[in-house]
Amino acid sequence: MLTVATGNKAVAAAVKQACPSVVAAYPITPQTEIVEQIAEYVTSGELKSQYIPVESEHSAMAACIGAGVTGVRTFTATSSHGLHYMHEMVNWAAGARLPIVMANVNRALGPGWNIWAEHTDAFQERDTGWLQVYVASVQEAYDATLMAFRIAEHESVLLPVMVNLDGFLLSHSMQPLQSVDIGDFIPPIHLPHAIDISDPTSYGTLTGPNDYFRLRWDIERSMRDSVPVIRETQEEFARRFGRKYDFVEEYRCDDAEVVVIAMGTLGKEAEVAVDLLRREGLKAGSMRIRWLRPFPRIDLSGKEVVVIDRDYSFGFGGVIARSLAATEGVTPFSVIAGLGGQEVTYDDIAGFVRGRRPGEELWFGVNGHV
Amino acid sequence: MFEVRIHSRGGQGGVTAARLLALAAIRDGKYATACPFYGAERRGAAVVSYVRIDDRPIRVYSQIRHPDLVLVLDPSVMEVVDVLQGMKEGGRVLMNGSEPREMKGIPTFAVDLTGIALRERLVVAGSPILNTPVLGALAKMGIITMESAKMAIKEMFSDQRNVTAAEAAYAELIA
Repeated sequence: MLTVATGNKAVAAAVKQACPSVVAAYPITPQTEIVEQIAEYVTSGELKSQYIPVESEHSAMAACIGAGVTGVRTFTATSSHGLHYMHEMVNWAAGARLPIVMANVNRALGPGWNIWAEHTDAFQERDTGWLQVYVASVQEAYDATLMAFRIAEHESVLLPVMVNLDGFLLSHSMQPLQSVDIGDFIPPIHLPHAIDISDPTSYGTLTGPNDYFRLRWDIERSMRDSVPVIRETQEEFARRFGRKYDFVEEYRCDDAEVVVIAMGTLGKEAEVAVDLLRREGLKAGSMRIRWLRPFPRIDLSGKEVVVIDRDYSFGFGGVIARSLAATEGVTPFSVIAGLGGQEVTYDDIAGFVRGRRPGEELWFGVNGHV
Repeated sequence: MFEVRIHSRGGQGGVTAARLLALAAIRDGKYATACPFYGAERRGAAVVSYVRIDDRPIRVYSQIRHPDLVLVLDPSVMEVVDVLQGMKEGGRVLMNGSEPREMKGIPTFAVDLTGIALRERLVVAGSPILNTPVLGALAKMGIITMESAKMAIKEMFSDQRNVTAAEAAYAELIA
C-alpha cells in the first residue's frame, strides 16, 4: 500500500509487521516518534507486544537483553546520547549473541548541545559486535528494518543489528512509503542458547581468558558469516518486493574516474552532484556505503576517491576515509562535512570533487570552502 | 523538480502544510518530500518548511535555496525574514492575505486563509487552521489537483470543514 510517512513512522511500521514480543524504550529527540508510534500500536492492539517504558536507555537495552535471552524477538530505538547511555549494554547484547534490532536516529553528541544529524554517535559503537546499516530514504528505513530482523536472527549470525537514519533529514522528512505484505519473509525466531524459563537454573558465568578469547573469535566469525546472509536477504527482498539493495549503492561508477563516497542522506545528495559534474564533462560517480559493519570491500582501483565523513575520530581522521585508506589502499581526499547538522548541498559536494586534493583533509567551512 | 518554501510561525501548522502538500502530490502520482527545518523552535518564532515535488525519486535533502514557490502563511514574518531570498526566475508567491502585495515584480497570489478558517470555525487552541485551506489555493495555482488536495486532507483530518475551507480557498484565490 502506498502511503506517506516520516522515517520514524516507517521504522515503526516495519516493527509492527516484524511483531517483536518485547519493545523496551525511552524517548529521545529525534527518535521519540518511533517509540510513541509503537506505543500507540500496542495500545490499539495492532501490535501484540509487551511494551516496557523504562527509566533510561541503559535499562531499555537491559530489558531487551533480559527478554532476549528467553529467545523472543526484541526491539528498541534510540539516538545519540541515549545510545551512549546504553553503551555498556550495547556491548553486552552482542557478546550475549542476542539478535536485538535497534533503530538509531543519528544525531550529534554534546556539548555544544545539538540535536541534528551526525554519524559519530553510531560510529562510536562500531567495535561492539553490532551489525550497522545506514539508510537514505523513508522507504529504505522501512525495508532495512524488516531485513534487520531476518539478518540478526539468522542461525549463522545471531548478532544484533542497528538501523541508522539521519536525524530530522530522514526521521522527520515525509516521503512516499510502499509497505509490503511480508508473509514469511521473517521466519520465527529460534535462539539456540535461549534459557528455559520453566526450569530456572543458576550458572556461574565468569569466563576465563581462553574461553573468552574463543567467544570473541566467534563474534568475528559470525560477523564474517553475516556477509553472505546480508547479500542473500537483500536478494530475497528484491525477489519478493522488487526493491534492490546492496552493501554499497553505486551511481554512475562504471566509467567513473573520480568517485565521491558518503553515507546516509549525503550519499543521495552526492548523486545529484555527480549529475552536475557529468554535465561539466567530469567522469564522476558516487558510492553510498550502506553497511558500516560488516565493513564492505569496495573495488576502487584506478579511481580517484573523495570521501565525505559526517563523523570524526579525533586525532585520527574521518572514519570512512581512514578505513578505505586501510582496506583498499587508496589515498582519498577526505572531506569532513555535515557535523551537527551542518548544511551540505549537492553544489557543495560538486565543489569538493572539483577541488579535490588527494591525501589532504578538508573541514568544510572551517579551513575554507572549495 | 518543483520546490516550495513555506514561511510561518511556530504553532501555525507550517510543517503540517508541507506534509499535506507532499501527500497531495504523491496522490497525484508524483514523488514528494516534505522536509521541515527543525531549529530551536518555539511557538511564535519564524520557521521554514520545504516541499519538493518531482516525477522521479527525490535525492536532495538540503534546504531549498531557489524556490519555485514561496508560501507565506503569516505575512508578519516578512518583517524579520526576506521571504524572496533566492527566488527562482519565474517563481511565484502565495500569501495569506486579503489582497496581493507588490513583491518586487514577482507574481503574487493572495487568499485570506485566516478569514476562511474563522468563517468555517476551524480554530484550534485559539489559532485559525491555515494548512488545510491552503491546499485549495495551491490546487487553483496548478501545483496539485483539487481531487488530490481533498484526498490528502481527508487522509489526515476527519473534520469535513477542512475540505470546505479548501474549496473556499480554491474559489477565493486572487492573482
